[in-house]
Amino acid sequence: MNLTDLLPAAPEMTLLGLICVVLLADLFVEDEKRVITFWLTIAALFITGTSLVLTAQETRTVLFDGSYVSDPLSHVLKLTAVGVVAIGFMYARDYLHQNKLFKGEYYVLGLFGLLGTMVMISANSMLTMYLGLETLSLSLFALVAFDRNSATAAESAMKFFVLGAIASGALLYGISWIYGITGSLQFHEISEAIRTNPEINAVPLWFGLAFVIVGIGFKFGAVPFHMWLPDVYQGARSPVTLYIATAPKLAALALTLRILVDGFSGLHEVWQGMIMVLAVLSLVIGNVVAIAQTNIKRMLGYSAIGHVGFILLAVFCGTGQGYAAALFYTLTYVVMAAGSFGMVILLSRQGFEAELLSDFKGLNARSPWFAFMMLFFMFGLAGVPPWVGFFAKLNVISAVLDAGFPGLAVLMVLAAVVGAFYYIRVVWLMYFESAEERAILQAKVDTRFILSLNGLAVLAIGLMPGWLLSLCMRVLG
Amino acid sequence: MTGMIEYLNSIWATVPADYQYLVIVTSQILAVAMTVILTVAFTTYFERKVIGYMQGRLGPNRVGPFGLGQPFADVLKLLIKEVIVPAKSNRFLFIIAPLLAITPALAAWAVIPLSDNFVIADIDAGLLYVLALTSVGVYGVIIAGWATNSKYALLGAMRSGAQIVAYEIAMGFALVGVLMAAGSLNLGDITRAQAGGFSHWFLFPLLPLFLVFFVSGVAETNRAPFDVTEGESEIVAGFHVEYSGVAFAIFFLAEYANIILISTLTSIFFFGGWASFFEGWTFLGEGHFLRQPSFFWLAAKISFFVFVFFWLRATFPRYRYDQIMRLGWKVFIPITIAWIAVEGVMSWLHWGPWSGSAG
Amino acid sequence: MFQAVLFYFFAAALFAAALGVILSRNPVHAALFLVLAFFQSAVLWLLAEAEFLAIVLVLVYVGAVMVLFLFVVMMLDVDVERVRGGLTRYAPFGLLVAALMVIELVQVIWFRGRTDAGLGGFQPTPDGYSNTKALGAILYTEHVYAFEIAAVILLLAMVAAITLTMRKRPGLKVQNIAEQVAVKAKDRVRIVKMETEKRQ
Repeated sequence: MNLTDLLPAAPEMTLLGLICVVLLADLFVEDEKRVITFWLTIAALFITGTSLVLTAQETRTVLFDGSYVSDPLSHVLKLTAVGVVAIGFMYARDYLHQNKLFKGEYYVLGLFGLLGTMVMISANSMLTMYLGLETLSLSLFALVAFDRNSATAAESAMKFFVLGAIASGALLYGISWIYGITGSLQFHEISEAIRTNPEINAVPLWFGLAFVIVGIGFKFGAVPFHMWLPDVYQGARSPVTLYIATAPKLAALALTLRILVDGFSGLHEVWQGMIMVLAVLSLVIGNVVAIAQTNIKRMLGYSAIGHVGFILLAVFCGTGQGYAAALFYTLTYVVMAAGSFGMVILLSRQGFEAELLSDFKGLNARSPWFAFMMLFFMFGLAGVPPWVGFFAKLNVISAVLDAGFPGLAVLMVLAAVVGAFYYIRVVWLMYFESAEERAILQAKVDTRFILSLNGLAVLAIGLMPGWLLSLCMRVLG
Repeated sequence: MTGMIEYLNSIWATVPADYQYLVIVTSQILAVAMTVILTVAFTTYFERKVIGYMQGRLGPNRVGPFGLGQPFADVLKLLIKEVIVPAKSNRFLFIIAPLLAITPALAAWAVIPLSDNFVIADIDAGLLYVLALTSVGVYGVIIAGWATNSKYALLGAMRSGAQIVAYEIAMGFALVGVLMAAGSLNLGDITRAQAGGFSHWFLFPLLPLFLVFFVSGVAETNRAPFDVTEGESEIVAGFHVEYSGVAFAIFFLAEYANIILISTLTSIFFFGGWASFFEGWTFLGEGHFLRQPSFFWLAAKISFFVFVFFWLRATFPRYRYDQIMRLGWKVFIPITIAWIAVEGVMSWLHWGPWSGSAG
Repeated sequence: MFQAVLFYFFAAALFAAALGVILSRNPVHAALFLVLAFFQSAVLWLLAEAEFLAIVLVLVYVGAVMVLFLFVVMMLDVDVERVRGGLTRYAPFGLLVAALMVIELVQVIWFRGRTDAGLGGFQPTPDGYSNTKALGAILYTEHVYAFEIAAVILLLAMVAAITLTMRKRPGLKVQNIAEQVAVKAKDRVRIVKMETEKRQ
């Protein structure tokens, strides 16, 4: 074993090393110069992203005795994760400054969460998957509770922690059954064991699988395991909500694809039913309950549940087309979610959280450009053509139709229509209601620039979805 | 007379091997345990003498020649006193707590090599065994503190528990350095790795770890200047405030047994155990008794460290509690981690004493 | 034979201690029973020649984790009556979980028995085999990736805990030791030369 053999795992190692650098450097930085930590963090993300690009390869490499896999899927997901985390940090900078939360630990915890995400994306065994999940969850719990003076943050962190611990327990319990029956923790060996010993495909294995799917459902926030999601979205500070809405979704997708596709493709008929129940419930409850919300973070939380329904239905198909659609949907959703929470952060000021829908009233009068950007995000999330959300939904629906489930396709269209209602309501508020609030937006130039890029990307990918689609197809084909 | 011995030998030969083993091991255990207990008795005398002279007094000098009978007089006094169990205490735990304190202190001696060919149990993970047992010793203290049902006792127990847990980490890390240098967890092998004169002792390459280990040892045994557990000026006598008679005597025994144990471990880990100070000194002539490794070298080293314990007690004022915690967490643990890193680099590059042992 | 006797003796003690954990009314007693249970399982591991795991169990769980646990339990004034009520209330649920675990064990052993050669007793180890060494070898080769991530999780937990608990309260007096050590005599002591007064 040479050190060069470990090159595909270089991004994780780089990130871990840089986390330690940021952590140590932050100790010696005075409070007034805390911005150094911020730029170090951005530099760390940039270096990690560069190392990801440099080590990317078309082939599938398995490392560390089968616990780590590096394949095109992992590169795409990791690069997106690094990107959205960097964007989230950029958006959050002013907000944290104004709310006296500008501390080095915020960035260190965020980077640890990214490391957990990357470990999950590249996991090739249940053990690494679980460890990555714990790394991610632990940093999320701490981030949600980061604002020590906020009672709602503490409450939602507690809820998140308890439910997350239960989910981890369920996942581990399921893993223990699977390990006991198949005799391995590595996905390809599990798949091999199912193929060579058809007689183990019986109730005990399904029982274990069901618990693993409960864990997946918790991580994604799919109904009926969604209880934490709206509360955490609302209770956490907006930058943290942005974080939770983006990178962990990529990790959850990796969790789903690695376990269900790499490990249990042989049991497709078994998990299909379970996933369908989760997906349909999420679609219906997420979209319907979102209508009743007055808090935009909570509304976006419920809408996230609805989007998870789409992603899970794409996975449900069990075809390459379906998996590619799920990947496309997740990637684009993450970009749009980053933008919409970026807008929430942009509207907030010192001592004021722009978290009510009414805070968006008459935004057009205050800042036509950012109202226009918010329109992009809302139309994107609603699935209005030509914004990218439309193609994401279209892909999923066509995959489900191709797999032979027209009823589900109809349900998805209905859900999308219901969803369009509450997204377009935000647009209505911005353009056709008069503002109660006249304050000028006070964000720095770089934040405005990136937010604008983010908004334009939602439109641009929608106008030219071809390259991303073909990328998704190639990665999962 | 020789006939008698031969007769006994012939009887011995007829005993099954299992039972022979049992008898031999039991007698070894008894021999070591009795020695330790007797040593403890004289250690108390030693302490009072040392501190007495340091303070310009004479120390005990009434009972027997030079006051040597004093320990026995004390033991006798404590044995004939009544053991008072407080009314609202938890009777069972109150009684069992001193036993929990003394058992690990004595059991740890099982793996300690007293000379090149005498050790009761020659196990591979001896170092871990010692660490595990010293960490178990804290139960005696905290159970005593809780079962007494007294605020002072509980406060003392809490202080002691936090202190022992904190310093155990530094101690464990210091021992990681030792086992890296020796390449073994077996105490005998650790001693043998230091053979070849005192320049080969781990004292020199591991000097920071030696200091951390010994000072942590002082803190682990709740001795001055880390004796906030007893802190007579604040919490009367800490966890054993309500103990009297034999029960108190057993706590006392455990404390001194632990002092001797820490001194022994320091001698073994950093001072070559039974190895001679003059091992490589040719002017003494081949086979000179001073060059031979023997139990007496170990005993001399132990005595020295026991003396240092008392010396510390006579010279240093008591630490404040937050200072104890700071020293443990913020000074000792970083030092040990840094030195382990240094050691890792040195053994990787085959420098210095690690040139041989590095794999 | 002798080993079997020891095994059953310690297994029975383990069982009794575990029962003590859930049946004792006083939480401190329950915690102490748990300590006893850890000891018994450590002994069982010793019998299986897994001496490293046994000692680490004692070192970590008995020596550190349970001490802190006892701290908390001793500090809390737990309402014994309410604890008693909980036993009967949660017993059905506990039994259900226990039954599930038994089923799981049976299933696993059954499947293993069919796929592999079956579960034997403790296999005798060859001479010179060191459990500690074998464990170290496997941790640092086959499982090195998982091992390192576990270390990262511990570091993260430390950072998270400190982030959430440490804050500088205004008005709190703290000792700055570096500052104290750096003090020079001339900062604190002023030596004044004075003319000697004439005797009156």
